[in-house]
Amino acid sequence: MRLFPALLLALVAVPLAAQTALPPAPWADRQIPDERQERKAKALMETIRCLTCQSQSIADSGASMAGDMRSQIRERIMAGEQPEAIRSWLISRYGDWVSYEPTAAPILWPLWAAPLLLLGLGLMLLRGRIKRRKRP
Amino acid sequence: MKKLWIWLPLALFLAFIGLFASGLFQPDDRIIHSRLVGQPLPAFTLPAGASDRPALVSADLATGRPRLLNIFASWCVPCAAEAPQLMALKQAGVEIDAIAIRDARPDVDAFLKRYGNPYARIGLDARSGVQIALGSSGVPETFVIDGKGRIAYQHIGDIRADDVPMILDRLRDAQ
Repeated sequence: MRLFPALLLALVAVPLAAQTALPPAPWADRQIPDERQERKAKALMETIRCLTCQSQSIADSGASMAGDMRSQIRERIMAGEQPEAIRSWLISRYGDWVSYEPTAAPILWPLWAAPLLLLGLGLMLLRGRIKRRKRP
Repeated sequence: MKKLWIWLPLALFLAFIGLFASGLFQPDDRIIHSRLVGQPLPAFTLPAGASDRPALVSADLATGRPRLLNIFASWCVPCAAEAPQLMALKQAGVEIDAIAIRDARPDVDAFLKRYGNPYARIGLDARSGVQIALGSSGVPETFVIDGKGRIAYQHIGDIRADDVPMILDRLRDAQ
């Protein structure tokens, strides 16, 4: 009869064993004591895509790999590394895809240029109208 | 001249329709390939991941002969499914090293005892640091490393039985 609770426990324990048994990395869920550094790290984490749950940032994700990435980012910021340097290091591993922040890659030039172009076109149109109205 | 300008909005509209349609009909690719394929392995030093195998240093992977670097974990179910294929590759004379991700040595020992040990060396990557440096995004993954320590190929997901000949081909190509 004592076997029954043990069996029940084993049933509950199996799903637990499917995930990593290790505790989260040291800086995964702990803030940097220096507030300015923590703000920098947080801003970067919010724009890095989680590789496990691909529609979340690593700041929002509970995946263990996201925790490891948060910890690594905090450690690097504490070591004095710039957030943009960390971002480009990650991009060199996983591609532009890993960053939610759009880069200045040539494929995105039309995206950056479009607002300026449209604004310029609008101004030209407006100038034409004003000129035409003044004439009569 | 004016007549041509009138068609411009329609042309732009059609161009956008084409762009969106091509995006819609392209299959969704959620596989994250490492950008380091074709480049040298990043330098790393890892402690031993199993009690009867030596630790792993990146220099161990530039031995003049192509070899496999398998990323696995004792808690990963597809890694257990992959084990027989790795044993078959070892039987075919392939040298395989491994990195155990977010793992503990007793767990790795138990995993290897249960599913077999095809590895020459095993490094323990408790915080996924080396995994991220490699551009790997999950377990299992397998890298083909050429004799000079360059990454020649990345296999994402478990190696199935029908992948084995392809992996052997890749190893031959990396010679």
